[in-house]
Amino acid sequence: MPTIVTKRVLNPTVSLMEVEAPNIARKALPGQFVMLRVDEKGERIPLTIADYDAVRGTVTIMYQRVGLTTEKLDQLGAGDCLLDLVGPLGRPTEVEGAKKVVVIGGGVGCAIAFPQAKALHNAGIPVDVIVGFRSKDLVFLEGEFRQACDNLYITTDDGTYGEKGFVSDKLTALMEAGAGYDLCIAIGPIPMMRAVANVTRPSGLKTIVSLNPIMVDGTGMCGCCRVRVGGQTKFACVDGPDFDGHEVDYDELIVRNSVYRAQEAAAKEAHACNLQKMADAAEKGGLR
Amino acid sequence: MADMKSPRTPMPEADPKVRARNFEEVALGYTEEMAIKEAGRCLQCKNPLCVQGCPVNVRIPEFIAKVAEGDFEGAYEVISSTNGLPAISGRVCPQETQCEAKCVRGIKAEPVAIGRLERFVADWHLSHNTKPAKPLSPNNYNHVAVVGSGPAGLTCAYDLASKGYPVTLYEAFHTIGGVLVYGIPEFRLPKAIVHRTEEDLRNLGVQIQLDTVMGQACTLDELFDMGYKAVFLGTGAGLPKFMNIPGEGLAGVYSANEYLTRVNLMHAWDESYDTPLIKSRSVAVVGGGNVAMDAARCAMRMGAGEVHLVYRRSQAEMPARAEEVHHAMEEGIQFHFLTNPTQVLNDGAGHACGLECIRMELGEPDEKGRRRPVEIPDSHFQMEVDTVIMALGTSPNPLIRMADPNLELNRHGCFVVNEETMKTSRDGVYAGGDAVTGAATVIQAMGAGKKAAKAIDEYLSAR
Ligand SMILES: Cc1cc2nc3c(=O)[nH]c(=O)nc-3n(C[C@H](O)[C@H](O)[C@H](O)COP(=O)(O)OP(=O)(O)OC[C@H]3O[C@@H](n4cnc5c(N)ncnc54)[C@H](O)[C@@H]3O)c2cc1C
Ligand SMILES: Cc1cc2nc3c(=O)[nH]c(=O)nc-3n(C[C@H](O)[C@H](O)[C@H](O)COP(=O)(O)OP(=O)(O)OC[C@H]3O[C@@H](n4cnc5c(N)ncnc54)[C@H](O)[C@@H]3O)c2cc1C
Ligand code: SF4
Ligand code: SF4
Ligand code: FES
Repeated sequence: MPTIVTKRVLNPTVSLMEVEAPNIARKALPGQFVMLRVDEKGERIPLTIADYDAVRGTVTIMYQRVGLTTEKLDQLGAGDCLLDLVGPLGRPTEVEGAKKVVVIGGGVGCAIAFPQAKALHNAGIPVDVIVGFRSKDLVFLEGEFRQACDNLYITTDDGTYGEKGFVSDKLTALMEAGAGYDLCIAIGPIPMMRAVANVTRPSGLKTIVSLNPIMVDGTGMCGCCRVRVGGQTKFACVDGPDFDGHEVDYDELIVRNSVYRAQEAAAKEAHACNLQKMADAAEKGGLR
Repeated sequence: MADMKSPRTPMPEADPKVRARNFEEVALGYTEEMAIKEAGRCLQCKNPLCVQGCPVNVRIPEFIAKVAEGDFEGAYEVISSTNGLPAISGRVCPQETQCEAKCVRGIKAEPVAIGRLERFVADWHLSHNTKPAKPLSPNNYNHVAVVGSGPAGLTCAYDLASKGYPVTLYEAFHTIGGVLVYGIPEFRLPKAIVHRTEEDLRNLGVQIQLDTVMGQACTLDELFDMGYKAVFLGTGAGLPKFMNIPGEGLAGVYSANEYLTRVNLMHAWDESYDTPLIKSRSVAVVGGGNVAMDAARCAMRMGAGEVHLVYRRSQAEMPARAEEVHHAMEEGIQFHFLTNPTQVLNDGAGHACGLECIRMELGEPDEKGRRRPVEIPDSHFQMEVDTVIMALGTSPNPLIRMADPNLELNRHGCFVVNEETMKTSRDGVYAGGDAVTGAATVIQAMGAGKKAAKAIDEYLSAR
């Protein structure tokens, strides 16, 4: 079973895990993802392969605790095992021919943007990175990004770190200053990707976004991950997760991703409640 | 002389009102007395037509004769010499179009209940013969990789391992079984039966590699480099089709595969699992095959107030097993024949709130002789539903194509094979089941797995 080798807290909600998975590490490319299960009764969730090391035989995932499964994942630490890990899945990002690239990450999307920047930088292609967070205490991977690009720009919504504003504002400013990008890769919350696509559309700057619809199998069998791109139905797990940012129907994606919100909130609540009960019981046991 | 008019022995079934809300098995199986009685109806034909109707040519009169004598283990031996998974085929084969369709007793009255007897014998064996299959040590150095663990892959792996080949079975999911575990629900095929098959395979020395998506994780070249001498591809046809009507992307619209996978593989019906599923008030299922019946009956069991089944032809053209249609009707599913959806209605917030349909009538027959449904102009109407499940058929699973882009495919994306040997366009690579035929049946997939195992044995022996 895939063993967790290291675990590192990146910010109050995002953590990193390096997992032993030699067969996946051997094949992984930037833009691909894994599906994992934490326990027998848990969901299968997709997470991007944020880094991989074929020599060590490990892949790195970075996850934000948003619901029950990521919460359960976070209870594990170095030495623990994941129940299942499948990958690499999805198509690698196509950057063929790009001469100057801007990679944009928003929030946990930075985890997904990081391998892109790193691969481009290692290939000798000029890369600028813009990463955006809500506030200073959420900033992560700053050092790693600095090593993986030519220029790093950090924005925060509240101005507590870097420049105040959104990544799309910074992108507008850089483009107006004549940065001369021929490819933009934008990964983050759906509204952020839409905003970036709106900035790049008028000049026709090619924009790749990485979509995060709900998935079940990740192999093109269930159709749950379908998204509308250029008026056509695409399955994000086999046709994506990267798509042309100018063609994506973001509204549909937002609604489809919210289908289980109420149920998921309730499940998370119940889980927290159970953990509390277990903790209480353990405490009582200890007092005895 | 047997009474040619005597009706078949009925199968005990759970009460429709109760079972429509639980996941326990619907058809309860014959008792020994019932089986012996039904076996007595077989005429032991000299030229048994029933055998020709069976895709794997089960020696039907022979096994039924053993049942009539009360020699159930003997009956099992006869069946299992050509059919490795009789507990499954006895439950899910469309017998009315296969073995039983040809039975001479069906001419004047009801055919012998071959499927029910087959199921009885297999179940009897499973409950009386609890000793595991004999562990076999491979007597052969030709390692074979079997990709996909649906009925085609399971059968191929079983047959090759029984012949002494070391076999590794690769499966994309975290469990083996393919459609048998993610598609066909528990109330029709208890998963314990599939788990038993897994034990048997392991006892035969088959290595099972779960969580491995061939094509993404590994190519065929790499498999051969790893030392495999032959490969069987049984990757199925799971890619769901949609209608391309407005509103199909709304929240509340599922493919049957997603709905069934959430319910079956991911246990949404069991509170202790995390899998979410919309709590539907009213559901419309679109389609007329086994998949549509399963989705509708699962929706009922998941607590929907109403379940509607929308099918564009008439009942006579429905491809689903007759028994499942009958069961679905008993359970209160409302059938709307000659009806076709035109759009899913939006509640204004992106969720489905209704299905607009148009009425159809049957026109001229098409190439296959099935009468083509045509729209009746201006006959649109709306159904109030909050969930729509599309069960319109599937095409071959896509990722396996990446394992070797040169393998020959037909225009539907199915592997092209030699029908005698199941060999693909590449030497040493065989394929079978839904990946070759498109969505078909369990027993056809098993038959293909068997043929391929035989051909692989011949190919490797000749090397
Ligand atoms: C290709 C891809 C790559 C991703 N990469 C990362 C990553 O690197 N780091 C990261 O933190 N997150 C990533 N995500 C999102 C991550 O999968 C979800 O945050 C996670 O599934 C939430 O599960 P949960 O049970 O903790 O939360 P829940 O409470 O179940 O869900 C919270 C929200 O997460 C989304 N979600 C829920 N289940 C799934 C699912 N099975 N598949 C996809 N989305 C789901 C829904 O929008 C849901 O409303 C990625 C998603 C995709 C599709
Ligand atoms: C809901 C439903 C109900 C049905 N009811 C009946 C019935 O009552 N009677 C009947 O006869 N037939 C029925 N069928 C049809 C029958 O189940 C199929 O014809 C049969 O399962 C096909 O078997 P298979 O082995 O070809 O493929 P599958 O059962 O589809 O198995 C293929 C396996 O390969 C795996 N796989 C796919 N791609 C890869 C890859 N790249 N790498 C590794 N593994 C991979 C899949 O995960 C899967 O486990 C039904 C089908 C469905 C969906
Ligand atoms: S395998 Fe299917 S078709 Fe053949 S005898 Fe059994 S039930 Fe009939
Ligand atoms: S055709 Fe019918 S009666 Fe004749 S052997 Fe077969 S099952 Fe028996
Ligand atoms: S997640 Fe099931 S088809 Fe993409």
